[in-house]
Amino acid sequence: MHASKLQLVLSRLVQALPSVLGIIIVTFLMTRALPGDPAVYFAGPAATEQSIEQIRKSLGLDQGLPQQFWIYLADLARGELGTSFSTGIPVKEELLSRLPASLELTLLALLLSVAVAVPLGVLAATRPDTWVDHLCRVLVTAGVSLPVFFTGLFLVYVFYYLLGVAPSPLGRLDIYYLSPPTVTGFYTFDALIAGDFEVLRAALAQLVLPAITMGLFTLAPLARMTRGAMLQVLGSDFIRTARASGLRRSTVLFTYAFRNALLPILTTLGMVFSFMLGSNVLVEKVFAWPGIGSYAIEALIVSDYAAVQGFVLAMALLYVALNLLIDILYTVVDPRVGMDA
Amino acid sequence: MKRREFLRGTTVAAAAGVLPFFKHLPASAAGRADTLVVVTGEGPNSMDIQRTGSNRPSYQIAVNLYDRLLSYGVKTLPDGSLMYDYQTLEPELAVSWKVASDGMSVSFELRQNATFWDGTPVTAADVKWSFDRAVSVGGFPTVQMGAGLLEKPEQFVVVDDHSFRIDFLRQSKLTLPDLGVPVPIIINSKVAMAHASADDPWATEYLHRTPAGGGAFMLERWDPGQQTVYKRFDDWKCGSLPALQRVIIREIPSPATRRALLERGDADVSLDLPPKDFKELHEGGKYRVAGVPIENCLISLGLNMSFEPFRDKRVRQAVAYAIPYAEIFKAAAFERGLPMWGGKSFEPETIDWPQPFPYSTDYEKAKALLVEAGYGEGFEVPLSFDLGLAQWSEPTALLLQEGLAKVGIKAPLDKIPGANWRTKALVEKSLALHIKNFGGWLNYPDYYSYWVYLDGHLFNSMNYRNEEVERLTSETLHLAVDDPAYEPNIKTLLRIFFDEVPNIPIYQPYLDVAMQQTVTGYEYWFHRMLDCRPLRKA
Repeated sequence: MHASKLQLVLSRLVQALPSVLGIIIVTFLMTRALPGDPAVYFAGPAATEQSIEQIRKSLGLDQGLPQQFWIYLADLARGELGTSFSTGIPVKEELLSRLPASLELTLLALLLSVAVAVPLGVLAATRPDTWVDHLCRVLVTAGVSLPVFFTGLFLVYVFYYLLGVAPSPLGRLDIYYLSPPTVTGFYTFDALIAGDFEVLRAALAQLVLPAITMGLFTLAPLARMTRGAMLQVLGSDFIRTARASGLRRSTVLFTYAFRNALLPILTTLGMVFSFMLGSNVLVEKVFAWPGIGSYAIEALIVSDYAAVQGFVLAMALLYVALNLLIDILYTVVDPRVGMDA
Repeated sequence: MKRREFLRGTTVAAAAGVLPFFKHLPASAAGRADTLVVVTGEGPNSMDIQRTGSNRPSYQIAVNLYDRLLSYGVKTLPDGSLMYDYQTLEPELAVSWKVASDGMSVSFELRQNATFWDGTPVTAADVKWSFDRAVSVGGFPTVQMGAGLLEKPEQFVVVDDHSFRIDFLRQSKLTLPDLGVPVPIIINSKVAMAHASADDPWATEYLHRTPAGGGAFMLERWDPGQQTVYKRFDDWKCGSLPALQRVIIREIPSPATRRALLERGDADVSLDLPPKDFKELHEGGKYRVAGVPIENCLISLGLNMSFEPFRDKRVRQAVAYAIPYAEIFKAAAFERGLPMWGGKSFEPETIDWPQPFPYSTDYEKAKALLVEAGYGEGFEVPLSFDLGLAQWSEPTALLLQEGLAKVGIKAPLDKIPGANWRTKALVEKSLALHIKNFGGWLNYPDYYSYWVYLDGHLFNSMNYRNEEVERLTSETLHLAVDDPAYEPNIKTLLRIFFDEVPNIPIYQPYLDVAMQQTVTGYEYWFHRMLDCRPLRKA
């Protein structure tokens, strides 16, 4: 069992190599194909032909594509992602400070939505066409159809602007707090490690509204998937057999039905998570959250090659890690998976 | 400054009894009279205005953290708001200056007691190093220095520790004013040189993150993409000490959130709101909204000469008559600006700039001109605008499209993403019909003409060339304003601009800033940055 699991991990890692390589090449070529000329952009408002040329040279853009790619590969081999033109700060440093911000928010949002969506889905599946089922349907429809920036602005309007119970939407900490010393990059954990409960409280308070905003959006696919999977499992033969054998309702529901329904839920969870991490730009904008999504968008707007490449690469690696984790979880949940891998 | 270093600094300072930054304070502390909270859409991406790729918000660092030799005076406008005065130069680091009798150099006396933040005195050697840097690093700072004919390091001469001279290559009215723009900052050359290397002789890597100057504020904290915090430099000698101890500038990308923060009282100053919000806040009367027309700036429509029909002057004039000016001013600009249409005569009476052009909406006249030019049945031309400015440029484009349709000109909209705009519009100059928004720092019509009407210059996105404009502009650009040739030259230029209209002005936009009633002392500056030095909070 252990050996096979290790084998699974190793084979997955090996399988990921070509895709990571492909991603490196494709992002390199795609960033070069972006419209707009970074040299012109960075030459500033009063540029002349000559100053644009100077800048092209200083950015290394006067060299041929193969040379540029070679330099990029050599940097990667040394663990360097290059320096962003627009911020003048190494991409690695920016990603390291922004990725935890995104992860902290996304994880909390996911936790919230799982806590609501899974029980709701299960309840809706066990009581089809009752009020719980309808509530589930309403929530799912609302979650999918309300754009996140709208939900975000609406929550800000009600809880911050009208009621004044939420803290000002100023990013990860309110103006008068200092960030805790960095250990994990997660403000909540770092504050705990530093034993600073005041900062912990402040960091959590800042997290609430954006996490709910994102949670509402991720709730929909999760609840729907839970409901669908549960309905399917509950209608299958082995559940009928279990019921006929007089097993307790809770045993049937959780030990037999839920465990079998967990597989599609896990798949959805993984997809939702990776999707949210990169695409919560709108939430980040509304709440001034210094996350990875807004970094990528700003880099794209100014054709900042190193930053875009660094972002895509970081996301690709994260996807690979996440898929691996999900695969391993499958084997825990369902012993049939992974044996023959 | 790295956060760890900062924290270390905090402990030291706390031990000394001056807590520079509170670890946590109740929310009501935002009301502290010596701390100003500013929310803005975009923050600086560098602490060095002279670095390649520094964005516009980085200019505020040059304004607040560094000194220049000269500054400008301040005048009060009829509505009581304050505005810099381009006609008077005032001392900043220099206490006095004198142009030599032959008019070919200027000598500056530097302030005796001025020091940098680290306590070392500011000397003429620092000034020379800083100016040498500005004319040598290339890119934007070098071009901006060049506008004032400051081109070579040999022009900058250290006479003694507190005397400095600039030798002119040629005389120009722009040389002295150019010393007051944000670019020629005085850098602590000893600190900078200690961090320079053979590859990086001007210490661009170091100064990018760590300012080294002697301005009224010092950098307390910079989290790129999140916030910038200034702290007052208590030994500042180059002006009256700011009332504010600390300025916190937070980056809030969403304009709706920026407005909410102001209305909830969590922010003192809110920048870059859409014109609609400024209008509503202004009319609501609960907040102070300072709106000053941006000098030498026009929202205009550019007509590219490479598009066949626009080569005919009558077609260009027809377009100028087919613009629904009043509707655009109302629905796109929300009246936050000055009308630039409806001038009385094609003969300019004054040399005021900008001034309304002699066109107004007249579809009949437009149609007649098109018929005369042989385009009676109309034509099709894409109308391009910068998506980055869509807040006002999209409604403007839609209304333009409607107006042009009435005279048979079909103008499908061509939305161009911000990053692409500069390449397409300014470098390739390939957009047939497009919305422009150029503004010049130095407030002279000939300076505007230099950038916008001279063939091949960056903002001449119209590919316009007129021999008389070429000659007059280069003749007038460095001419003193009281020179007898100045006024007639400008009038001739304006007459050509009116008649030829390759560039049709629509309105002159306001620079709007919304703040709490408690914030006073706001001054409008041509660089459009928030100068925190004169601000006070009651």
